[in-house]
Amino acid sequence: MLMLRVNGEDYNVFTEPWKTLVRVLRDDLGLTGVKEGCNTGSCGACTVLIDGKAVKSCLVLASQTKGKEILTIEGLGKNGLHPLQQAFVERFAIQCGFCTPGMILAAKGLLDENPNPTMEDVKLGLSGNLCRCTGYVKIVEAVLVAAEMIRKGA
Amino acid sequence: MVRFELSEPKSLSEACSLLAEYREKAKIIAGGQGLLPLLNHRQIAPNYLVNIKGLPDLEYIVSDGNGHVRIGALTTHRAIEFSPLIKKRYPLLAKMEQVLGCVQTRNWGTIVGNLCAASPTSDPAPVLIALEAIVRVKSVRGERQIPLNEFFTDYLKTALDPDEIVVEIQIPQLPPHTGAAYHKECIRATDSPIASVAVSVTLVEGLGTVGAARIALQAVGPTPLRAREAEEMLIGKKVQHILVDEVAEVAAKKACPISDVYGSAEYKREMVKVAARGALIQAIKRAHVA
Repeated sequence: MLMLRVNGEDYNVFTEPWKTLVRVLRDDLGLTGVKEGCNTGSCGACTVLIDGKAVKSCLVLASQTKGKEILTIEGLGKNGLHPLQQAFVERFAIQCGFCTPGMILAAKGLLDENPNPTMEDVKLGLSGNLCRCTGYVKIVEAVLVAAEMIRKGA
Repeated sequence: MVRFELSEPKSLSEACSLLAEYREKAKIIAGGQGLLPLLNHRQIAPNYLVNIKGLPDLEYIVSDGNGHVRIGALTTHRAIEFSPLIKKRYPLLAKMEQVLGCVQTRNWGTIVGNLCAASPTSDPAPVLIALEAIVRVKSVRGERQIPLNEFFTDYLKTALDPDEIVVEIQIPQLPPHTGAAYHKECIRATDSPIASVAVSVTLVEGLGTVGAARIALQAVGPTPLRAREAEEMLIGKKVQHILVDEVAEVAAKKACPISDVYGSAEYKREMVKVAARGALIQAIKRAHVA
């Protein structure tokens, strides 16, 4: 049995040792915001934050996350949209939306470590997340806009 | 996903005992960034996974009394990227980590895990070979050291016995006036390399002559390749007499790339020349200011 702490809540999960974090989050906890795009760690759609750091949940065994704080997209915007979510909407950085949870969490990991990134910093920070729809321009813009909103106290 | 039994040893010696029992039936998992893609897609099928991620006292970057820097087996790529000690003593290592994989991989994956996966496109491997690093290895039978130059034996294979575990990387103190560089030819900044080259050059006689040189080619063979003939062209040579294009040409002759999705073998051989040339020039420049 596995005890996980996700989005500030504790969960007891009966699961097998070979289950990856993405499978446990989706199947056992019903948190389907985290997406399984490739299962090879190439697309980044499964990105979550573990102890504040962006990690690809398809490349993490669930049992290795005991005692760690996991944040999924469902954990953001509980009291109104997070500035990143707001900026993604306003800047049209979302088309089909499949990459969006992973992108936003990767961006949050970036901004938490570097609150004033350059465009190059954002591109490098999101280099693990693929988007087939938008062409990335709006996504990078949205992250820079969100960074400014956060710096101004949003 | 492959089904396996997960062992959670509480100590390094317990982990070694498990490996002595399971041998080829087990794989060690730390960050698992190399292992999990293979397990997810059933390309390997170990019966046991020995989880060492929670073991104490294996996550460190320290300088010892001999001026060596020692990196513990559970040190993440990200820790090396931001380590003040690494930036001071081996800035090339930190630079290499900045373009390795992506942030997510670097947050969870370990540099030792990367070496043990022995991928022919590993970024740390050629850099650590150029820096003359060794790994310290433990088993129930005792301890030994393996120079990284001898660590990679074949495609995805290392010199480790099935019951052995790498506990540490040791990088020796660089001689004065040593410069090192790593040039990686790839499509996106953090991709796997099409071809990459790590070079280390030591200047002697008032910075006028090459005293030592190491050139390691990567992604153009089953393992990292030392371009020894190219190194010999440099040693004893006055810096102003070095013909960089010729050295790069000779280095590229050592490459034996395959044609694949990253490019044709001919293209990769050209890219080795480009990377070797760039890394050599940069290493010499850095040696001048070291």
